[in-house]
Amino acid sequence: METIIQLKQIKKTYSLTESVSVQALRGVDIEIKKGDFIAVMGPSGSGKSTLMNILGCLDIPTDGEYFLDGVSVKTLNKDELAGLRNEKLGFVFQGFNLLSRTTALENVELPLFYNRTHDRKDFKALSIAALERVGLGNRLDHTPNMLSGGQQQRVAIARSLVNTPKVLLADEPTGNLDTATSLDIMSIFQELNDQGITLVLVTHEPDIAQFAKRVITVRDGMIREDYQVKNRKSATEEIERFKAGNIQIFTESEKLHQEVV
Amino acid sequence: MKLEYTLKIAFKNILKNKVRSFLTMLGVIIGVSSVIIMVGIGQGTQKKIEKEINSLGTNLIMIYPANSRFAGVSQGSGSTNKITLTDMKKIIEEVSNIQYISPDISSNEQVISQNNNYRTTVHGVSDQYQGIKDYTMAEGEFFTEAQCKSSKNVIVLGKTVSDALFPGISSIGKTIRVRNIPVKVVGVLSSKGSGNNGMDQDDLVLIPYTTMMNKITGSKYIRTLFVSAVSKDVIDTVQEEVSRVLRISHKLKSTNSDDFTISTQSDIVEKASSITGMMTLLLGSIAGVSLFVGGIGIMNIMLVSVTERTREIGTRMAVGARGDDILIQFLIEASVLSLAGGVAGIGISGVVIFLLNIFTTLTPVMNLTIVVLALVFSGGVGIFFGYYPARKASQLNPIDALRYE
Ligand SMILES: Nc1ncnc2c1ncn2[C@@H]1O[C@H](COP(=O)(O)OP(=O)(O)O)[C@@H](O)[C@H]1O
Ligand SMILES: [Mg+2]
Repeated sequence: METIIQLKQIKKTYSLTESVSVQALRGVDIEIKKGDFIAVMGPSGSGKSTLMNILGCLDIPTDGEYFLDGVSVKTLNKDELAGLRNEKLGFVFQGFNLLSRTTALENVELPLFYNRTHDRKDFKALSIAALERVGLGNRLDHTPNMLSGGQQQRVAIARSLVNTPKVLLADEPTGNLDTATSLDIMSIFQELNDQGITLVLVTHEPDIAQFAKRVITVRDGMIREDYQVKNRKSATEEIERFKAGNIQIFTESEKLHQEVV
Repeated sequence: MKLEYTLKIAFKNILKNKVRSFLTMLGVIIGVSSVIIMVGIGQGTQKKIEKEINSLGTNLIMIYPANSRFAGVSQGSGSTNKITLTDMKKIIEEVSNIQYISPDISSNEQVISQNNNYRTTVHGVSDQYQGIKDYTMAEGEFFTEAQCKSSKNVIVLGKTVSDALFPGISSIGKTIRVRNIPVKVVGVLSSKGSGNNGMDQDDLVLIPYTTMMNKITGSKYIRTLFVSAVSKDVIDTVQEEVSRVLRISHKLKSTNSDDFTISTQSDIVEKASSITGMMTLLLGSIAGVSLFVGGIGIMNIMLVSVTERTREIGTRMAVGARGDDILIQFLIEASVLSLAGGVAGIGISGVVIFLLNIFTTLTPVMNLTIVVLALVFSGGVGIFFGYYPARKASQLNPIDALRYE
């Protein structure tokens, strides 16, 4: 399998004052192959979001080198990074980050407007196709305040998909969602991964991580564990079991979730 | 990024905060409309004054005795510091290219008919005064040169006076009294209506200057002497010759300054326009300051807007917006805001100018150049004052913008 992401000794230090600084990442090496599905786990404050922001080219590392699709990111300027985010990356946030008072369709169209390759007349068709992929083909004209949390996150996923990115990054995409909705979102992710998209997802729920192919755990800005998921679960099947009333498998992680919140 | 899309977002954001947008635009609205109104008033006044001066007659030269206070100091012995009939005669004899010449000796008098009396201005003028003023007759005739020469008791009435003294009937042939001197009405002037300053131009009577001097005022001097040149091109030479003749007639030495003042219409127009021009500039700049203040209002709101929408900016950047895309978006928003204010300002100033023309004696004009300029300028205000906030937005780091609380 071809490598899509390679991190070499990535460090990130936040200087709070002149003397006080936080080392959020202390030298991270990761190699991610095309088509992989990675769950990043770890306690709060361990550096997961910092890592994701660097992977998403939203932030730049203090040290180390990041190769995305063979290109060393530190050689790119601001505009080139914007182009990279637009064309190769899709980002899904915990808080959805949709534009308010803007319809689902318009929200999904957003990346297309900043894209220089697509034709204006294709925008609508591309956006509708992306919304249909997440099962929202019938909510095109709904604004975020008319949609449930799960639906909003699906719009956000459609938005991240519309430019057919190579890598989809999601920082706690189910953190604000209930169990059933989380399962929905995970089944969408699994489906996208089956279609060939590389996925990196942050979660602190072990049950959510069970849907990934590979788990990386982070602690104090360092990689602790990196293993392939055995007995990977199918979210679609879990949904069936959940509907049948067997919620047993989630009680533990819900407790954990409660503690964190 | 597509312009059409950017415009759409701009309108959306402006409409999202209707009250705020309106209040922001208000500064520009007031600025633009006051610039247009002020400049319109200034230019209207200028036009009115020019028209008034031109309505004095065509190719006109006016001769007055110089202000005696100044002239008295520099005068040699034997000078009169007055303009007399002799001076007028010499001008007629020696100056060429004169079309009409007439003194104007005016006095406010009560004019009395059998049943009515009326207070008006009596002008003692020559028969050529008709040509100078371009008067046409409603009835009868202007008095003749012969009547003028022989101090005949004849009078020409302005329409207002004729109507006041002889309501409903013709005044031709009737005798009226001016300071107890009986004079016969020979003509009535066609109405000229009210002048630009609202003064009734038909409220006057004309009698031969000889009659005026000999029988009514008893004065020997001419207060104003009107000369009209045959054409525009010779005004200057006529003016010079009149001056030469008067200096000789008044026996002025070469060291003496003139004891008379000659002014032409164009002199007066020039002087008046320089004053009104300055007034226009002054009014315009004061109004310009309010446009500037309006611009600061836009900058203020754009700064607030950038702060409020920091997370939105972050989201846009996360999906691929470049700094320039964000810059252009906010610039367009500021420009749309101030241009909309500009358009509203133009509309409002149009209405105000229309109303001022109807309900006041002011005659402001809507100057197309100023309107276009105001529009361009208000767009410019948006870009100028929107630039700083827009740049601030465009330079945000994606992650800082996304994390902004
Ligand atoms: N912008 C920032 N400025 C200063 N410190 C930060 C900033 N962002 C994150 N940190 C610190 O870096 C560490 C890692 O944070 P983060 O990556 O958000 O953790 P996680 O997402 O795993 O909870 C934490 O100690 C956090 O306080
Ligand atoms: Mg986090």
